[in-house]
This record gives sequence, C-alpha cells and structure tokens, in this order.
Amino acid sequence: MTKTCLTRDQQLELYYWMRLTRTLDEMAVALWKQGRGVGGMFSQRGHEAISVGSGFALGPDDVVAPMHRDHGCYLLRGLTPRRIMSNLLGRATGVTRGRDANMHGVGDLNFNLIGFISHLPQSLPVALGAAMSFVYRGEARVAMTYVGDGSTSEGLFHETLNLAAVCQAPYILIIENNQYAYSTPLPQQMKIEHLADRAAAYGIPGVIVDGNDVEAVYAVVKDAVDRARAGGGPMVIEAKTMRMMGHAIHDGAEYVPRELLAEWERRDPVVTYEARLMAAGVVDQVEIDEIKQRCAVEITDAIDYAESSPFPDVATVTEGVYAL
Amino acid sequence: MTMSTGSNFGFADIEPNSQEALDESRQLTYIAAISEALREEMERDPNVLMMGEDIAGSFGGAFKVTKGLEEQFGARRVMNMPMCELGFVGAATGMALMGLRPVIEMQFADFITSAFDSIVQYAATNYYRWQGAVPWVIRAPSDGGLRSGPFHSQNPEAWFAHAPGLKVVTPATPADAKGLLLAAIRDNNPVIYFEAKPLYRSLKGYVPPGDYVVPIGVANLVRSGDDLSIITYGAQLREALTAAGRLAAEGIHADVLDLRTVKPLDTEAILTSARKTGKVLVVHSATQLLGVGAEVASLIADQAFEWLDAPVRRLGGLDVPVPFSPPLEDAYRPNAEKIYQIAKELAEF
Repeated sequence: MTKTCLTRDQQLELYYWMRLTRTLDEMAVALWKQGRGVGGMFSQRGHEAISVGSGFALGPDDVVAPMHRDHGCYLLRGLTPRRIMSNLLGRATGVTRGRDANMHGVGDLNFNLIGFISHLPQSLPVALGAAMSFVYRGEARVAMTYVGDGSTSEGLFHETLNLAAVCQAPYILIIENNQYAYSTPLPQQMKIEHLADRAAAYGIPGVIVDGNDVEAVYAVVKDAVDRARAGGGPMVIEAKTMRMMGHAIHDGAEYVPRELLAEWERRDPVVTYEARLMAAGVVDQVEIDEIKQRCAVEITDAIDYAESSPFPDVATVTEGVYAL
Repeated sequence: MTMSTGSNFGFADIEPNSQEALDESRQLTYIAAISEALREEMERDPNVLMMGEDIAGSFGGAFKVTKGLEEQFGARRVMNMPMCELGFVGAATGMALMGLRPVIEMQFADFITSAFDSIVQYAATNYYRWQGAVPWVIRAPSDGGLRSGPFHSQNPEAWFAHAPGLKVVTPATPADAKGLLLAAIRDNNPVIYFEAKPLYRSLKGYVPPGDYVVPIGVANLVRSGDDLSIITYGAQLREALTAAGRLAAEGIHADVLDLRTVKPLDTEAILTSARKTGKVLVVHSATQLLGVGAEVASLIADQAFEWLDAPVRRLGGLDVPVPFSPPLEDAYRPNAEKIYQIAKELAEF
C-alpha cells in the first residue's frame, strides 16, 4: 500500500464514497433479486476504489465521462442516490427521465458529467473532445474517462489515443482491467500482459496501479491530473482489479474460476480500506458503523423515493428528441 | 437576416424576379457559396471551428472548400485531423457538449460510414437520453456522375434520415448551400449537410450577401405547374428543371418541389403539391429501393390518396453499387432524360 498524503477528512471521505457505492450496489442487487428491478443492472462490486479514487482527484470544473461500473464517480460528482435509483427503475425523476436504461446515459453537465452508451468505448473520443475544447478556449481544465479491458480491442481505442497524443490534450484515460470482457478472459483478448503498455504506441505515458487500493488510485490519478492541467498532455492509467459478479445481474459468471474470485475477495477494496484506516487509528468501529448506517439510510431513502416516483407520462414519449 | 432571394437559383430557364438577383458580383458557384458561409460564420461566432482531413493550410481540403480559412483563423480553429473519422466525430461531440460548434468535413460522403457509431448511436441519441445538446455539422460531399466509382459517388442520406435525433439537409442551389449551412451551424442538434459534388463548380447563381439563413425543414417550390409534381432534392433538382423545361415546351406544366431538407420533411409542401396536380414523381440520386422517395410516396398515399390521378412514381439509383465506367454510371443514375420520360408517362396516364 502507498504511503498516504491525505488528510484524515479526505480519508474518511474516500471511505464514505466507497461505502455508499457498495451499499447502493448491494441494495440494488437485492432489489433485482426480489424482482423489483426494471431491465438489467450492472454490479460495481470490486470497482469502488477505481471510480472513487479517480473521481476524487478531479476538480469541480473538470469533466468526466464514467461508465457502467463507476457509480462512485457519479455519486461524488453530485448525482444523488435518489436520481440514480430513479434512473435504475425507469422513473420520471431519474437522470434520463426514463429514456435510458440502468446507468447508461447518466450525464448531467451541471456536474460536468458526460453519460456513456453501450457501444464502448464511445465515451473515449467524446471526453477527448471536451479536453480539446479546454485547449481551444485556453482553460486549465482536464477531462477524464474510463474503459474496460474488453473495449481496448476496439479500433476507436487506438483512434482516440492517437488523436489525444497529436492534440496534446489534457486527457486522462483509466483502463479498468477487471480481467473479463463479459465472459471472455484476458488471454483470449490480447497477447500482452499489461494494457498500460499500449500507451507507448501513441507516445503517451502509461502507468499501472492497484485498482483495489483507493489511495494508490487517487495518488496516480492526481499526478496525471496535475500534469495534464499544466500542459503535460494525456496519460493512460491501467487499474488492475477483478469483476466480482457477472457482467450484469442476469449473469452468474460460472465461467470465472471460484478460486480466482476467492483470491480477489481477500483484496476487497472497501473492506481492506476500512481495516487499514482502523489499524492506522484513523477511525474506530463506532465511526465506521456510523458511516455504514448513514449510507444505508441514504440508499433506503433513495429506493423509497424511486419506487414512489411516477413512471414517465406516455404523452411525453416523442418529446425531447431534438434540442430547441 | 434575409429569407428570400427572388433569384433564379442559378437555373437559366427560371426568370429572376428581383433586381438584386442580377448583381454580377453575387453570382457564386455552389462551392464558393459553401466557403463563404463557413468564413462568414467563423467571423461571426468564435465557437465555430473546422475539423477534418487535409482541410488546413494552403491545401485547403480535397475540394478546396476550406482554402484560406487557416490563414485567416489559425490552426486552433481549422484543425487537420488524422485519418480517424470515428474518433474525430466523437471528439466533435465532446466539443459540442462543451458549447463549441464544430463543422466537420467528411472528405467524401462515402467515408461517413467509418464514423457511423459516433453519429447515429452517440450524437443522435444524446439529447433524448440526457438532454446534452450536440450542435455539430458534418459536411458530406456526396453524389456522382463524375466517374469516381463506388466509393466516391454515394448518397447515404436515407441511413441518417432513419436515425432519430439527426437532421439531414441537401441543398440544391448556391443560395441554399449558403443559407442551409448557416442554419445547420446555428442549429443545436447534429446536422448532416450533404453537399452535391456535381454542382460544386458547374452551378452558379445569385447568393445573398451577409447573414442569409434558409430555415431547415422548409421546401421550395422552384417551378409551378398544374399537370404533375416532380419532387426532388440535391443535384437532381437541376435535372428535374431541365426535364420540366422540355415538358413545358410540349405543353406539360410541372410543379418542381425542392425538398431542401430530407429530415425533417416538409410534409405540408409535399401534400400541397400532390393535391394540386394529382400526379407525382419523386426523384433522387440515391438508391431508389427503401430511399427517401419511398417515404414521400407513402406520405402521399396516406394523406393525399383521394387527390391522386395516377400511381406515385419514383426514380432513383439502381440497387447496385455506384459503377465507375461512364455507360454503367449513366445507367445507374437518374438524369433529365429519364425524368422527362417518366414525367411524360405520368402526364399521359
């Protein structure tokens, strides 16, 4: 684990956002298993340190385009659990007013959040365009986005990183290497060990970080953000982790060896951070319990709010296809 | 802002009805009208920028549309892109979300398929999904007759008209080339602007100076007649007018309606003309099968059936890749002669 440069308040904040993300995830999974969900649902389990640690490194004016396993980033940017849960349940009060499924399309420029689409990695060039607009206007802002190991095989991954390098854009790409693209393991996707190595092909630095260590993720992303803001250009960060559940709620992921999951279960990003903070005397069990309770209350409230929110009015189905 | 020109649109057999339309200095080619619109809009709005392959510097693009723009506005606003249509259209979407107004030059309309996901999946759906407006324009040099083969002659407008969230414009005259481009750049949605390569340097006409906007979604009745309607857009307007002139000499008078915008369609203008004449021929360079003409014919069958005196006819490209060799391409493509023949059949029906 990295030596921390964070204040106690920052550490507690990181823990809170990870715990909130985990609680949202666990309660949503339970909701779906009870048959109260709508459509599909993607579990975040195992990804909390990446989405929270990276999102925490951004300033409020920076722009981020998270994807479907980045609930932590959406939450800490300011999307409330109520709006997220309402979106998951297709309600009028959700971010997309029932237009887009689960966490797809959850964009809100009030929080400098750009929504993603299923065609990964389509967010890559869009976030790059945001970074290019900062260069265009001479603004000291950065743009960040995420991609899984799977869509690094897409041509658009290459197109975007090449263009980012050519433009020297203030752009950070985080590869969430969770070892499976749906059911396909890494050895069937590529013949290299580290995805960060791909950055060298574009003249971009590529670094590797333990994706289950929130402070390590924060530290490496913060360096990349500072560098990009100062005009140093783009950076690729590979965060190594493990997808702890199926691709989506319907998927039992029987194709993943149980012993691999057991090994990564011992490295659970939320549990290990909690133990680390306790061992370092940063928090005690009472404070941890308080945070857990606060998270449970917030997510329970969000579920109640979402379930009592109306579905969108059918009369509005054709509204809002075009901007005025 | 002027809205009407009173010009003959560059077509010799239409009488201009205003003095300003005779101003020699304002007789521009179709391509010059596009360049003028780009330059004037960049002068007017600092958020407007150009992106594309080979558009910068003294080269100024494969067709020279952007020649001189980098000189005037700098490399910051006239951005040469590497060969990555999917990537740079996606980047344009990000810039547009941040409030810029990128105008993308697709080197040929044929290459737009490389960017298909960025256009129809991302940009087109974005506003409906989470209300992030994407105000970019893709300029796509389209159409053939220039012996350029299957990959430099296509008319893919129907694919994009089929995607909810896009607007598709198809100017047929120098004045509309300017007016629709200004409207497209100012529109807050992704707009595909299909410019007709065959008209670039062969069609000249009066173009109003300054801030001249042609609203998207409004068709133009270019010629009026009671015997039949020829409904068309893009490069086929010139062919349709040639055919209509020949028909008129034989006493057959055609409405010639230029749709100008494929999406949204000006349904009122289509129905008004169909109800007036009762006989309709729809013409476009794109493949006839499942083309824009099918939608126009369906609209007329649905909402003007009682007024019809003949089956609605269509004339489009054959259901083959656009062939290269001159006799083959001529067989593929609609032209004035083919329009004349079908129009005559219709008139005599």
